[in-house]
Amino acid sequence: MDFSISEDQQMLQDSVARYIADEYDFDSRQAAAESKLGYSAERWQSFAELGWTAVPFAEADGGLDGGAVELMLVMEQFGRGLVIEPYLPSIVMAGGVLKRLANDEQKGAWLADLIEGSKTAALAYAEPQSRYTLHDVATTATVSGDAYILNGHKTVVLNGGNADTLVISARTGDARTDASGISLFVVDANTAGISRKAYGTVDARQAAEIELKDVSVPASQLLGSAGDALATLEQVIGEATIGICAEAVGIMQMLNVKTLEYTKQRVQFGTPIAAFQALQHRMVDMFMIGEESRSLLLHAVMTAQEADTDAADKAVRALKIHIGTAGRTLGEEAVQLHGGMGVTWELDVAHYFKRLTMIDTLFGNAGHHIDSYPL
Amino acid sequence: MDLSFSQDELAFRDHIKGFFADHFPQDIRDKMDRGIRLDKDDFVRWQKILNEHGYMAVNWPVEYGGTGWTPVQKYIFANEMAQANAPDVVPFGVSMVGPVIYTFGNEAQKQQFLPDILASNVWWCQGYSEPGAGSDLASLKTLAERDDDEYVINGTKTWTTLGQHADWIFVLARTNTDVARRQEGISFILCDMNTPGISVRPIITIEGGHEVNEVHFENVRVPVANLVGEEGKGWTYGKVLLQHERTNIAAVARSKYRLARLKELAAGSLHGAEPLMQQSTFRSKLVETEVALKALEYTDLRTLAAVATGKAPGPESSILKIRGTEMQQRLDSLFLEAAGYYAMPYVPDQFSLDAKDEDIVVDSAEPTTALRYFNYRKASIYGGSNEIQKNIIAKHVLGL
Repeated sequence: MDFSISEDQQMLQDSVARYIADEYDFDSRQAAAESKLGYSAERWQSFAELGWTAVPFAEADGGLDGGAVELMLVMEQFGRGLVIEPYLPSIVMAGGVLKRLANDEQKGAWLADLIEGSKTAALAYAEPQSRYTLHDVATTATVSGDAYILNGHKTVVLNGGNADTLVISARTGDARTDASGISLFVVDANTAGISRKAYGTVDARQAAEIELKDVSVPASQLLGSAGDALATLEQVIGEATIGICAEAVGIMQMLNVKTLEYTKQRVQFGTPIAAFQALQHRMVDMFMIGEESRSLLLHAVMTAQEADTDAADKAVRALKIHIGTAGRTLGEEAVQLHGGMGVTWELDVAHYFKRLTMIDTLFGNAGHHIDSYPL
Repeated sequence: MDLSFSQDELAFRDHIKGFFADHFPQDIRDKMDRGIRLDKDDFVRWQKILNEHGYMAVNWPVEYGGTGWTPVQKYIFANEMAQANAPDVVPFGVSMVGPVIYTFGNEAQKQQFLPDILASNVWWCQGYSEPGAGSDLASLKTLAERDDDEYVINGTKTWTTLGQHADWIFVLARTNTDVARRQEGISFILCDMNTPGISVRPIITIEGGHEVNEVHFENVRVPVANLVGEEGKGWTYGKVLLQHERTNIAAVARSKYRLARLKELAAGSLHGAEPLMQQSTFRSKLVETEVALKALEYTDLRTLAAVATGKAPGPESSILKIRGTEMQQRLDSLFLEAAGYYAMPYVPDQFSLDAKDEDIVVDSAEPTTALRYFNYRKASIYGGSNEIQKNIIAKHVLGL
């Protein structure tokens, strides 16, 4: 039993932490969020130069061979900095599919650019009717000669508007909610028949509605074998869930620090409000939620490294349930303890709170995971 | 980072599992499984078995008869103990006064008291709380006045758990009332319960059990030789005592065992056409409880891992008492819910192994559910109430 991280992992954590502390200030983050792109292309290049976009990929593919621990270390710091660059959609999600299913030729054509940072990608899997059910896929891919013809609607595709490359789930067989018959394709986002309506999200990310109308995709862009993609999709969303939960742990830490600082300097009735026991106990509750979240994160990360995939799935659900219940409470408390300032656009606390709340919604909220948790 | 035990640790686990299978008496196990209160002989008999195998004082240094186990080994032992549903060792001797004696006591005291604690020849009880000194322990009023080579003790101690069985009591008493800070002038004194002037009055708790007592001291004369350490330093020693049982304070292993039993009960109880386990409201509560228990378990393991590598426990350790007791109570509450009507009968006589057939009104899986629920409301009150724990975290961890 060992909770410590290796020297290399420590270096990775330090490198991201230093960048966030020194370079990633809140004001410029806000300015980038309001730009047309919705994030900073320069910073994205820095992420690539610093090697972070290579972290989760195999050395043979030009990556750094990182696993769940490395993902956790990077994403926790991204949470602390409220990073809006498309690491999750491009590297963890679309990249996560490509590293698992793409053959060497496909990796050369599509993955290398993502690692370099010259292009970004998105994973288009959710649909208007699917909610959190990954095997509910109405989008169809029908064979026509040596191509597939894709038709359907993908919804709230993270980084969908900006992405150069789309990884799309579509049904090559069986009925809408069957586990089998789901396939994944990698497609240039500008292929004829793809129309994208891009928008910002409440937590300052970018997303898009994507319509697929008779989109012709060469069979060479099918990832893995036809009809077998569900397991990969589940693995990738599972990994991405660990990623956003690590981000949530970073956010909680910042909310706790900022709430403590604020209540110590905010004077009312002639005394810092941190002196009030009613508020102290609430901050202790917040501290406890933060520590428990970290414990469940470590549990999920450590279990992800073991062979038992059922246990790993359960550990991720447990983590997500806690983040979605106690974590959201922590966010609400942080706002409450900041008083009126907590509900202003000006204060970073409000933006941490919004992201933490959306993390519950992403990849299945607490209610979803409570219902599907195997007791 | 990895979760696995080493080969040595796995072998140790198998060894301990075998010990409980071979040596934990079946009749005591039956009582534990049925929620029947153990009597003094049950505890003593079991603790003597533990001691014969060297497992009585898990946390003591080897030189005084402890195990010398690593934190991971202690964790494994606690886990196997819970899985066997074996009772915890009565803490007042081995976990409380013992460490104070071997840390601050003199050679004569070590020789007089430690072997009898290990062998369970002497039953200890605690003299801390008073009717007017609960969370605010430093306001205690029991006086120990020096008279030649004796202390004369007057006052009342309360919440003395299992004091009705006790041979000795350790007392925090004021030896000096003229002090700048209330924490000064308190001394740690050992006292034979047979000394004239001591009387024990039972306090019957909410579920009808006799577990705690009030102990009165009226001109009780104790040799000065029974003072532990220096006069007036008792507060410091007492704090050490309360901190000593850091490991296992969260009672994670015990709660895991109980959650498994609760699932069995819920799977076997019908709610309409389906098992209670499938009823969505109850099921949600079970899931959230399991998640909270996992969080507690890994918080406990993080503390353990820090201690195992020679570091001080991190701030996460401070939440263990609060969350551990909340978990116990949460499980109690769910058991009560799962029992349905069978939570209601109050028939103390049926909760004994020699109950006659006519005493048994219901043969339910969890006949003592409600009794335990009511009794364990104590868990968030004793050992420094959970509100006091939050004050401590606010001050020492958050710097408020």
